[in-house]
Amino acid sequence: MSRLSDHNVVLAKEIIARYPKQKSALIPLVHLSQEQNGYVTEDAMRHIAELVNVTPAEVLGTASFYEMFKFEPVGKYVVNVCTTLSCALLGAGELMHHAEEKLGVKAGGTTADGLITLEPAECQAACTEAPCLQVNYRHKYRVTPADFDAMIDDLRAGKLDGEIPPHGTLGTQRQHIPDDKGVGAVHPDDVTDGPAWIPAPAPEESN
Amino acid sequence: MSEETEAPDVDPTDDATPDGDTVVEAVEPEPEPDPNAVAVTLNGREVVAQKGDLVIAVAESNGATVPHFCYHPRMSSVGMCRQCLVEVDTGRGMQLQPSCMITVSPDMKIETESPTAKRAQEGMVELLLANHPLDCPVCDKGGECPLQDQAFAHGPGESRFVEEKRHYEKPIPISDLVLLDRERCILCDRCTRFADEVAGDKLIHFTQRGNNTQVMTFPDEPFASYFSGNTVQICPVGALTAEPYRFKARPWDLDQVESTCTTCSVGCRTVVQSSRDELLRYQGVDSDPVNHGWLCDRGRFNFEATNSDHRITDPMVRTDAGLIETRWSGAMSSAVGLINEALSTGGPDSIAILGGARGSNEDAFAWGQLADAIDVPYRDAQLGDGLPIEVLGQRRATIDEAANAATIVLIGPDLKEELPVLFLRLRDAAEKGRSKIVEFSAVETGMSRYAWKSIRHESGTQHDAVTAAVADADIAAQLASGPVVVVVGRPNLAESADATVAALQNVLNAVPAAKVLPALRRGNVVGALSLGMAPTSPDGDAIAALNAAADGKIGLLILVGSDPLNDCPDTELARRALAGARRIISVDTHPSESTHLADVVLAAAAYGEKSGTTTNLEGRVTTLAQKVTAAGTARPDWMIAVELGTSIGDRSFTGDHPLADVATVDDVTDAIAATAPLFPAVTREALAASVDGVMSAQPAAALPDVTVEVGGRNSYDYRLVVNRKLYDRAVGTAMSPSLAKLAPGAGAHVHPLDLDGIGVAAGSDVRLISAKATAVLPVIANNNVPRGVVWAPFNQSGAGSIEDIIDAAAATTDVRIERI
Repeated sequence: MSRLSDHNVVLAKEIIARYPKQKSALIPLVHLSQEQNGYVTEDAMRHIAELVNVTPAEVLGTASFYEMFKFEPVGKYVVNVCTTLSCALLGAGELMHHAEEKLGVKAGGTTADGLITLEPAECQAACTEAPCLQVNYRHKYRVTPADFDAMIDDLRAGKLDGEIPPHGTLGTQRQHIPDDKGVGAVHPDDVTDGPAWIPAPAPEESN
Repeated sequence: MSEETEAPDVDPTDDATPDGDTVVEAVEPEPEPDPNAVAVTLNGREVVAQKGDLVIAVAESNGATVPHFCYHPRMSSVGMCRQCLVEVDTGRGMQLQPSCMITVSPDMKIETESPTAKRAQEGMVELLLANHPLDCPVCDKGGECPLQDQAFAHGPGESRFVEEKRHYEKPIPISDLVLLDRERCILCDRCTRFADEVAGDKLIHFTQRGNNTQVMTFPDEPFASYFSGNTVQICPVGALTAEPYRFKARPWDLDQVESTCTTCSVGCRTVVQSSRDELLRYQGVDSDPVNHGWLCDRGRFNFEATNSDHRITDPMVRTDAGLIETRWSGAMSSAVGLINEALSTGGPDSIAILGGARGSNEDAFAWGQLADAIDVPYRDAQLGDGLPIEVLGQRRATIDEAANAATIVLIGPDLKEELPVLFLRLRDAAEKGRSKIVEFSAVETGMSRYAWKSIRHESGTQHDAVTAAVADADIAAQLASGPVVVVVGRPNLAESADATVAALQNVLNAVPAAKVLPALRRGNVVGALSLGMAPTSPDGDAIAALNAAADGKIGLLILVGSDPLNDCPDTELARRALAGARRIISVDTHPSESTHLADVVLAAAAYGEKSGTTTNLEGRVTTLAQKVTAAGTARPDWMIAVELGTSIGDRSFTGDHPLADVATVDDVTDAIAATAPLFPAVTREALAASVDGVMSAQPAAALPDVTVEVGGRNSYDYRLVVNRKLYDRAVGTAMSPSLAKLAPGAGAHVHPLDLDGIGVAAGSDVRLISAKATAVLPVIANNNVPRGVVWAPFNQSGAGSIEDIIDAAAATTDVRIERI
């Protein structure tokens, strides 16, 4: 049973109420379920489908689009090695190969102690610092195999605890918005003027 | 810009001509310029399109072929496949545009075959084939595959890709009927769009992203849609295949003929395809007024029943050794002997003919004529499961009128279960905002979630629910806002039709201009009722006939494709009736419980084995086509009736009787047009000339006065609601192995809180006790069933039988639930 907990159902209902359409709350709710279980479980997806009145297939279809949603348990540290062009040209392939040997798992796998998950990743927007990787979404630049070994040893020894958060799957966005901070939901059909932050167009001049 | 400056010049002259020049009366007036006309240049040719038309539709309707995969005229455009790239100039120079995503604009120039457009189209084919396996020789789609055809017509002929193609496990079943090959899939979004937009069963969806994008169901939640077969038909590659047709034939071996599906009374247009004299596939045909190209899975796959090994292939006669096969001459003389015997001993009043809705118009007409010749008082094409024939006498709506009405009032069964394609049409009307649906139902139906108001009422009180609803200000305003169509059928097989007739009358009293679309389910029930198989008086309907038989007053019961033991809501009455009838003649395609009791069984030709015409619930007459030879020596029903009619002594078809001298089914069609009061327009010439069929005329009749009695429940504290599901034990499904396994099975569905109250666990057997009888059934917890109601699917296999406790004579059936 890994449906949303009672506490999270209350939070889920608050999140749903923020949107004019229930379905819009789908992704925040998937985040919520991942925070709860460390990954997105099938039961949670079924539960979310019930909550926002869509089919489980739609939840899976939407959630599986996003790389940062995990559908299987991952390690405490998720190591994403960039494999896109700049990094590939500067040795990402060798780095990944080395990482697989060092950790004893194939890309996508998790070490037996449940500490580290190794994943290939697309561009991490640090092409000038290639090859790069991320540990729980914190960058490491110009990583050599020796750097990698040192980083893994440090992670295992707990030396990076201050620098790297202890999880790779939890959302960082605020799930609960205090009443005085919320703006409420306006149904799109009820919006008559443009959004408040765009000034209304000046009255048209006659041609 | 040029048009804006021209327009003021043109307008005054247009106005001046008729005003200033009054002499030119003989000259045809200039036609009003169509305000929606848009002139565009297509491949150098001026063509006129309508505002809002898609470029691809304009090109295709003007003879320019644009290759495409994802575009489907009955669904929204998504621009997924990019194959329909053409060059378009809207004043900024030629640019490549996907023609399914852009609408025409004035002075647009479109080039579908320019070198740039062709190069783009070839490039797209090359890209689509980068991952598509070239396994056409073993692919079911090979030979009729849009990708294969368009790669040939619009492809570069060779590929620059040398890389390994994408690999997936294949094929994987995504439902009991449909298999998915993800390697062949080109991600056109047709099946997923169909599931979302047309069927409303969003059980398949794109998952993952980029190179890993694939169509997938949720784990353990199969694509169990009643309409899943349509995705196979619209798949532009061989990615989706249907279990009943897989590896059965190559498309070039198939021979086909256009026909009409008679599984239910919607009358969807189909093509019937066969190879080596065996039915292999039905495909939907896009009939604009009826089915828009869609079929339900029951209609699509029940050809297996025609091919079944369990057919009655030869006539049978009861001897001391039981039913034995015999020659037609012997069987027919036995049948004639039984009719003459019944006439001489009990007179015409001792004969009953039930059925006719399964067959063609010709079948029903011939049997109706035979009933007239014998002067049979008991005849009915329904089996106590329909509505009085006067419902057909109201101002009848077409499906199009219903799907465009401002308000659709639904008093009847779950259309998704009984008339699935009508459900699609009305769902579309609600989803697109054309219509608002006001549904009256005792339980939640497939339509409830699309209804503007879904009004729950206690079964048997729908007339009161209607009265209360039309007094509601919102609903009254909605009913007054535009055309109203009432779709009316039998909402509950465990209640009498009276409350429904009264409810219809109450709607018509409130909205006298409303039209009525009868949602009677049986295939050709409207044709049969209109052509002589309707009871001649309320005392001559099926229930009256069965009661008379049970009382021993029926000497001969003739069943024309009907199986009262399974298909009449009150099976206990049917059982007494078949036991009480002295002799039974059964004309049928498959053995049933009822044929086992017959004295003479006449083998009937099944769907696909006979031609003729059929009438749908609108009164629309379309053609049926024979595609394969009838099983064994089976004959069409009409032929049997005509042969009996010419052999029954002084009441026979002789002289100027319309069926005195018929040799072919066409002669019977002509006889219908010549003599049937409602069918003078339905000539063979008219049918051949019209792709949409010919509308038969409609009788005018007042609804019968009914008094609805709903007694107190006494100690029976649950009201019984029994409905047909799409898949049940009817021969078409039971004899189709692919469909038979989809039937839900017998059970009593109760709200979980009621279950707690009774103190039984879901899944255990309970005793259901009505005032009449007791049945033992497994109980199923179902949140969609209101409290105080037992809902049960009709005619399902399983240990117990809910039909046993239905009382045909009662207004409603109430039951008590006891633990065992």
